[in-house]
Amino acid sequence: MKKGNLYVNIFVMTLMLCFLVTVSACSKKKPAVDPMETYPSESAMTGADAEAEAEAAAQALAEEELQAERETEAARQAAREAALKQEEARSAFVNEDIYFNFDDASLSADARMVLKDKIDWLRNNPNATVLIEGHCDERGTSEYNIALGQRRAESVKMYLVNAGISPSRLSTISYGEERPVDFASNESAWAKNRRAHFKIQN
Amino acid sequence: MTFIRMTFIRRFFLLWTGLVVFAGLYPFQAAAEYDYINISDPFLNKTPVAAPVFKNMAPETTAPALAVEAADLVQQSLEFTGYFQMIDRAAFLEEPSAKGITGQAINFDNWTDIGAELLITGGITATEDFLQIECRLFDTFSKDMLFGKRYKGRSDDLRKIVHRFCSEMVYRLTGKRGIFESDIAFVSTATGTKEIFTCAFDGQDVKQLTQAGSLALFPAWSPDGMAVAYTSYQNDRPEIFIRRLDQPRAEAKISYKGINITPVWVPGTDRMAATLSFEGDEEIYLLTHAGKIDKRLTKNWGIDVSPTFSPDGKKMAFVSKRFGSPQIFICVLETGSVRRLTYAGKYNTQPDWSPAGDWIAFSSMENGRADIFVIRPDGEGLKQLTIDSGSNESPSWSPDGSMIAFSSTRTGTSRIYVMTASGTDQRILVRADGAQTDPAWSPGFKKY
Repeated sequence: MKKGNLYVNIFVMTLMLCFLVTVSACSKKKPAVDPMETYPSESAMTGADAEAEAEAAAQALAEEELQAERETEAARQAAREAALKQEEARSAFVNEDIYFNFDDASLSADARMVLKDKIDWLRNNPNATVLIEGHCDERGTSEYNIALGQRRAESVKMYLVNAGISPSRLSTISYGEERPVDFASNESAWAKNRRAHFKIQN
Repeated sequence: MTFIRMTFIRRFFLLWTGLVVFAGLYPFQAAAEYDYINISDPFLNKTPVAAPVFKNMAPETTAPALAVEAADLVQQSLEFTGYFQMIDRAAFLEEPSAKGITGQAINFDNWTDIGAELLITGGITATEDFLQIECRLFDTFSKDMLFGKRYKGRSDDLRKIVHRFCSEMVYRLTGKRGIFESDIAFVSTATGTKEIFTCAFDGQDVKQLTQAGSLALFPAWSPDGMAVAYTSYQNDRPEIFIRRLDQPRAEAKISYKGINITPVWVPGTDRMAATLSFEGDEEIYLLTHAGKIDKRLTKNWGIDVSPTFSPDGKKMAFVSKRFGSPQIFICVLETGSVRRLTYAGKYNTQPDWSPAGDWIAFSSMENGRADIFVIRPDGEGLKQLTIDSGSNESPSWSPDGSMIAFSSTRTGTSRIYVMTASGTDQRILVRADGAQTDPAWSPGFKKY
C-alpha cells in the first residue's frame, strides 16, 4: 500500500510540475487567459510562426528559383544568340561564293578574303565536311567549262588545305556552265556565275 | 556538158547482200571517167537532178499516194546532201510514171532540155505487208543507165529503201558511202533535264536514249555504231557511261575521282580516250575497252580536254590551255610530240577530226559567241563556216566528211543544225521541245 501511495504521489507531483511549468511558461505571454484554453491558442501561435517562417523560406526558395530561371533564360538567350551567330556563320559559309575572272581559276585578293571566313568556320566546325562546287559563266564551251570549273574548285580546295584544313573534309565537283545562278546574258550575270560554291554535307 | 567531169578514183562496187542487181552494172572503166559531183566545190555547183513520181506497178494493191511519197523522199534525201539541185516537177516534159521507167521508154532530150543531168525513175509495188521498189539512175546526156536496183522489204521500209538507194547513188558518184544510214546523237532539255537523244541523219525518228533525270552531256559513238558513251551526273558527279543501243541501260562506267568527261573512241578500235582529273589536273588518258587506264596522253599542267582522233588513230587533236588561252593542239601518239594547230583567236575548242581525215572542225569564240571553223591538220586552209548567226558550237562531221552538224542559237534557243563541209546549205535539223546541243554524228553504215 505504501509503495502504491508513493507511485500516486510521484504521479501527482509530476503532473503538478508539468502543470506549473506549463502555466509559468504560459503566464509570461498571456497570464489572463485560461490555461486550458491557452494550449490550443499557443499551439496556433506557434503554427503561425512556423507558417511565416515557412512562408519566408518559401519566398526565399521562390526567389532562388526565379534567379535560376533567369539564369537559364540568359543562358538560353546566349545559346540562341550563339546559335544565331553560328547559323549566320553557317549561312555565310554556304551563301558567300568565291568569284573568278573569265577563263581563270586563280584566287583574287577578294576571293582570299572570303576564304579566310571559310577557314574560320571550318576550324570552328571541325566535324563538318564540305563540297566545293566549281561553276563557269555561259560563255565558252561546255566541255572546257567543266574542266575549268573543276580547276576552280580544286584551286579553292588547295587554298584551304594549305591553311591547315584536312583534305579529307573537302571534296570537289564541277558543273561547268550547267548550273548558273543568274540566267541573264550580261556582264553582271556572268560575274555571278563564275564562282566556287560551298555545300555542307553533314 | 555544163558540169565539169573529172576522173575520180572509186572503189569497186560493194556487194549488197539481199539485193538483186537486175540490170547490167555500168562498166567500171566507163564510170571511172565521170564524176557527176564537182569535187572541187560540189556544194556551190550542185548537180541538177530530176526525180519524177514513181510508176505504180500494181495499182490494184498500191495506193497512188505512195508513188508520190517515194519520189518525194528521194528528192528530200538527195537535196539533204547538198550535192544536188532537185528540179521542180512542174517543169517536167514527160511522165515516166505513165510512159515507162526503163531506158527505152525515156526521151532523154525531154530531160536535158529542162537542165537535168541525172534522172531517177522508180517503180513501186505495195501489198499489205510487202513493199518492192525498183530504181534507175540515168545520165541524161549519155543516155546511159548508171545503175539500177530492185529492193524488197516490209511495208514500213519505204524510208530505209529510199535511203539505201540514195546511199548507193552518192557512193557511185563520189566514191563515199554517204550519210543515209547514219544517226545523230545530241543533248536535249525536252524533258526538263539534259538527256541524250538520237535521231536519223535527217532529223527524223527522234528517240530518247537516257532517262536519268540528271545531267547528261558529251555523247560519242563507238566505231561500230552500236554504242554511245556520254558523261552523266546521275550519281551526283560527272562519270562516263557506255550504253549499247541494243541494251535497256548503260552497263559500263568510267568513274575516277574528279571529272570523267569528253569520251571518244579511237577509230577502228574498241579503246577510248577521255578527260580525267583524278591526278589533280585535267589530262587526256587512253583507256582499255574495259575503261581501265592504258596510258596518259597529255602531260602538261593546264587544262587538257576534248580529244579527237585522225581516222588512222595515230594522231590526236585536243584542247589545251598550256599557253594561256584554250587552243587546239595535235599530238602524235607514237612519239608523244605535240604541236599547236590554231593561232588565230583566243578561245578555240571542240575539235572534231573529219572521218575523211582532211579537215579538223572546231569552234572559235569571240565576245561570248562562237563560230564554226575548219582547218587542215597541217594548220593550212583555215575557213570560217558560220558568221553573224548567234553562237555556233560543237561541230561534228558526217561519216563521209561531207557535212557538219552543229548547234546554233541563231533563232534564240539552241538547236541542232547541219551544213555542208563548205558551209553552204545551213538548216535546222531537229525540231523538238527544249534546247538541243552537242550533236555527235554516228558512223555511216547499218547499225543494230
